[in-house]
Parts: sequence; C-alpha cells; structure tokens
Amino acid sequence: MVTNDRLTIAGHEFRSRLWVGTGKYKDFAETKKAIEASGADVVTVAVRRVNITDRSKENLLDYIDSKKYTILPNTAGCYTVEDAVRYARLARAAGVSDLVKLEVLGDEKTLFPDTAGLIEAAKILIKEGFIVLPYTNDDPIVAKKLVDIGCPAVMPLAAPIGSGLGIRNPYNLKIIMETVKVPIIVDAGVGTASDAALAMEYGADAVLMNTAIAGAQDPIMMAEAMKYAVYAGRLAYKAGRIPRKLYATASSPIEGML
Amino acid sequence: MSNGIQIHVNGEARGWRIGGTVADLLNELAIKTERVAVELNLEILDRNDFGHRSLKDGDRVEILSFIGGGC
Repeated sequence: MVTNDRLTIAGHEFRSRLWVGTGKYKDFAETKKAIEASGADVVTVAVRRVNITDRSKENLLDYIDSKKYTILPNTAGCYTVEDAVRYARLARAAGVSDLVKLEVLGDEKTLFPDTAGLIEAAKILIKEGFIVLPYTNDDPIVAKKLVDIGCPAVMPLAAPIGSGLGIRNPYNLKIIMETVKVPIIVDAGVGTASDAALAMEYGADAVLMNTAIAGAQDPIMMAEAMKYAVYAGRLAYKAGRIPRKLYATASSPIEGML
Repeated sequence: MSNGIQIHVNGEARGWRIGGTVADLLNELAIKTERVAVELNLEILDRNDFGHRSLKDGDRVEILSFIGGGC
C-alpha cells in the first residue's frame, strides 16, 4: 500500500489518480454509479444552455455531491480563443472554483488541440486568476510553454478523444514527464484498463477518461477496472520495474542441481 | 400583455414586462439561481446582481449550467 499518495495541484489535493468525465452515459443514475465504482474524486463537466422549454429535466449536479467531488468544468466544443475564454468565465460564474480544463480544439475530425490558441487562451485566463489545466497535444515543447506561462499541470492526450486507441506516442509522453516539473494528467484516448495502467507506469500523475468507461458494454464494471488499473500502474511506477534485457536470467539457482 | 417588451432567452424570443429582473426570469422558468451562469448581452452577471438587473426590450439573455461532458 502506498499511503498518503496524494496529488496536489495549485493547493487542491486529490485522493484519486483517476479522473472521469460525465458524458455519454445512459442516464444520471448510471453516471453516478460509474463515478462511484471508479473511485474518482474529480469529475469533468461541460457548460451548456439550460433547457428552458422542458424544465422537468433533471440536473446532473443533483447526482454529484460537490462536497465529495471536485467539479472540473471544461471548455469542450470551443474552437476559438474567444469561445474558450467565454466558456471558462461562464463556468466560473456557474460554479464554485477557479479550476478549468481548458480546451481549444483545432479540428472537428480529430479534436486535436489548437496549441497556439490554447497558449493564448491560457495566458488570458491565468491573468484573470483561473487555475488552468490545459488539454494539450503530446508535444513536450508545448507542454513546457504551458508550464512556463503558469499552468500548474498539463493534460497531454494519449490519442484522439473518444478513439480508444491507447497511448500513440509513449516516447513523447515520457519526455514530457521527464522535462515538465508539474503534474501530468494523461487525458483522452484511453481504450481499456491496460492503457491506463501503462500511462501510470510511465509516470503520469493521473489519467482522465470518459468514453472508455461510458462506452463500455458494462460501464460500471469498466469504471472499477480503471480504478484498479490506475492504482496498479501507480504502484508499479513507484515500485520501479526491472530493466528490459534481450536474454534470459534464470530465477532458480543452478547450485544444488544433479 | 400591457407594457410588453420582447427579449431573447437562450436564442428564443419571449415576451417580457418592463421592470422584470433577471431573478424574476429565472424564477418564472423555475431555474435555481445557484449553479447557473447568466450572460446578458454578452456580459456575465454576478449572481448577486440577478435581482437588480432589469431586462430591456431586445435584451439577449443566455442561461447556462453544467451538463455531462468529458473532453
């Protein structure tokens, strides 16, 4: 057991190293169960227009206790600096904290970040007192720039959002982890438990996912699998793996053989 | 409606009364004031001001809240 293995970002302390999104679930009851099964204490949400024609619709936050979970609003769906900044400000006005998961998307097909726009938007929001957690590419130079302008963590993607392709560029992620001295949260592209475990084994500080859980045949069971995967990966990273060698080394002694 | 004016709420035209505030509008729509953000003609309002910002003819109001989302 690793006790007190807490993740701290800009004064916010997190117990869980698995962060989860709240989109794509069948209903709010399933969302709630999946979050509970995942053990996550950070949940991401989007900011959208309230449905004013059908007020019978329930609110997501009726299902998520904001005392128990850190609500992390995102700027998903924003393709310009102006939109991302606007949504971040709206999120702060609607919410309880200065935290924002900043996304400035470059293209609808890949949902890859527009990193130039991301840096520009991050600068504006940091000046306004936001704690900006940027969704970025697996580009070590951009990651470093984001830290230099004041982001207290970076969130490089493993693969395109919702693709389930797993870590496409482990070497870049490793370079980011070695060169950037703030927490790294691998965000987007995880497909199954081994992807999450691998991210943690490489030295990620946390993993954020949504589709891998919500889109699984059994989301609640996958949420639990992800909890163990992230935990196992974290332990393996802390324990220190053996070096890879080309040839065998016997585990049983030769001495005493006939 | 006498003293009727028209405003736009989340993109939809809506009749309104002179002197009616943002708080009145939220109340009429049965929207709890906590957990929402209100933008009036692109200006984000402080929640404490909902009660003393009255809406004028042609005002555009956006009411937003948190929904499920990941990336």
